[in-house]
Amino acid sequence: MSDATAPDLTWREWLLTDAPTSRRHARLANFYQGWLSLRANSMAMFGLGILVALLLVAMLAPFLSPYDPYVQSLGNRLQPIGAEGHLLGTDSLGRDILSRLIYGSRITLYIVALVALIAPVAGLLVGTVAGYVGGWTDTVLMRITDIFLAFPRLVLALAFVAALGAGIENAVLAISLTAWPPYARIARAETLTIRSADYISAIRLQGAGALRIITKHIWPLCISSLIVRVTLDMAGIILAAAGLGFLGLGAQPPSPEWGAMISEGRRFILDHWWVATVPGLAIFTVSLAFNLLGDGLRDVLDPKDGGE
Amino acid sequence: MAVTDTNGERRRRAPFPRWIKGTVLTLGSIAVTMLGLLFITFIIGRVMPIDPVLAIVGERASQSTYDAVYEQLGLDKPLIVQFLYYLWDVVRGDFGMSLLNARPVSEDIARVFPATMELATLGVFIGIVLGVPLGVIAAVNRGSWIDQIARVVALVGYSMPIFWLGLMGLLVFYGILGWVGGPGRLDIFYQDIVPSRTGMILVDSAIAGDWSVFWNGFSHIVLPASLLGYYSLAYISRMTRSFMLEQLSAEYVTTARVKGMSERAVIWGHAFKNIRVQLITVIALSYANLLEGSVLTEIIFSWPGIGSYITTALLSADMNAVLGGTVVVGLIFICLNILSDLLYRIFDPRSK
Repeated sequence: MSDATAPDLTWREWLLTDAPTSRRHARLANFYQGWLSLRANSMAMFGLGILVALLLVAMLAPFLSPYDPYVQSLGNRLQPIGAEGHLLGTDSLGRDILSRLIYGSRITLYIVALVALIAPVAGLLVGTVAGYVGGWTDTVLMRITDIFLAFPRLVLALAFVAALGAGIENAVLAISLTAWPPYARIARAETLTIRSADYISAIRLQGAGALRIITKHIWPLCISSLIVRVTLDMAGIILAAAGLGFLGLGAQPPSPEWGAMISEGRRFILDHWWVATVPGLAIFTVSLAFNLLGDGLRDVLDPKDGGE
Repeated sequence: MAVTDTNGERRRRAPFPRWIKGTVLTLGSIAVTMLGLLFITFIIGRVMPIDPVLAIVGERASQSTYDAVYEQLGLDKPLIVQFLYYLWDVVRGDFGMSLLNARPVSEDIARVFPATMELATLGVFIGIVLGVPLGVIAAVNRGSWIDQIARVVALVGYSMPIFWLGLMGLLVFYGILGWVGGPGRLDIFYQDIVPSRTGMILVDSAIAGDWSVFWNGFSHIVLPASLLGYYSLAYISRMTRSFMLEQLSAEYVTTARVKGMSERAVIWGHAFKNIRVQLITVIALSYANLLEGSVLTEIIFSWPGIGSYITTALLSADMNAVLGGTVVVGLIFICLNILSDLLYRIFDPRSK
């Protein structure tokens, strides 16, 4: 805290100033204030804590997991929770459940990251173009959006996976295909309000083209509401991916994907309950964390509350 | 344009009353949405890696047989003509033959659909009965412990994998406690006793007056229906709460309170009355969501509904059945959306 940039200012004072000296300064100050109000929300911080822990577990998987998640040991199958050397027991092929859970976090993060990249970007593209160009383009693009919205998500994802074939990448693609329409709606609504603002007219008079206006001036303003929506959607994405995995349409065995692990444990549910229970708890914890963080972020970033 | 319209007082009369224009626009957008849905399923059917001809004729068929079937399926025609054929088939309710059991897909769907409907209806019923009062109470006692509990209940509902919760329910209430019937709709002993009229066991057995079958069916449906009910409860209670909060902060509520009206009359007689229309929309939407949520639930509980049907067909690459099921679920989904929209327009005096 002592190494301040200006002689009399601490970092904190520098960040909380009312008179920013540069653009970067203003942006950092804004960010810091958002962080402060997020930090005050204990539930959101709890969610963030879980997600950071998940990230660390995924990164350090080889060091944390006591066993290889794929190595079978048939003599050691279906060990209960707390068995010697197997904290969370073993599954029907004698694989250590804790190790599989740890490696499974990588798959969950991989799916979430990919969908979070594909769906909002696609929605942003469609929504801003529809909102900015207007007219027939708007009508056609929004009709297409409505059609995708009208489909029940899981069923559409099922049909896509059926056509594309099972597997993680196809599951990601199927989930993204069903997840983009709400983003397009949000981006369009934001664009419509921004489009008629005076500063956009000013830029246009200076000779900026549509492409420049959309990418440099509209996209940055859509980001915050999209981030909130993405965080709140993450839970749904995790549940959908786990559902596809459970149905055998997502990650394929022997991959330690959590949904697929539940599916494997399902056959022994009455006698060996932990095999299906433990991965389910993991899914629940992570999607709960995303929901808590999303709620907190919405309070900070929601444009209606004047976070902008 | 009216030329005599000099001072802007006389307006040109619209050629049609406004509601006709509104109805035409709505019908048009419904038609476009449904066409879009069918187009998507059509495309999915075309890009799939399974050769539809090979699936029918088998691998050892001669080239001439292959060509004959290829032509018979209309695959030699341009894509747009194929799509029109497909549309015509769907309009007549023809989804082709199931490759698995060589029966018309439409018959199969008609057979399995009542099971899903029975489950989803009971589920949404549970969701309404518990969710609406919970939402109202949470809104009235905003910030109290009961509001916190309602919040946690909803949050857990949003975060829990439905198939996992179903497994846990089965483990606890069937495996350990033995309070409910296991997977399936009836115990084997009770199957095929009552004649199937509606396809819904509870209704059929009540009509037949066979109460032992009714209670057995009830013991089987109560767990999956409660599960689905919990999910719609999470959504319904949250929405009810936010609708009620909006009303309770309105001035007419303050006026009513100032007049000395009892709190009960203010809440149920005034505020709640005004959110009924919005609630109808929410309920229709959660019913539509339950149809979808039932896919995974049906698998867990071996419930022979449309979700099980689509998934089983999927795993055995029976594409006609998958697409037929998808189209039916999609159409019902759209219809429920339209219905909620219509109900809103009919019941909300402001939209007239």
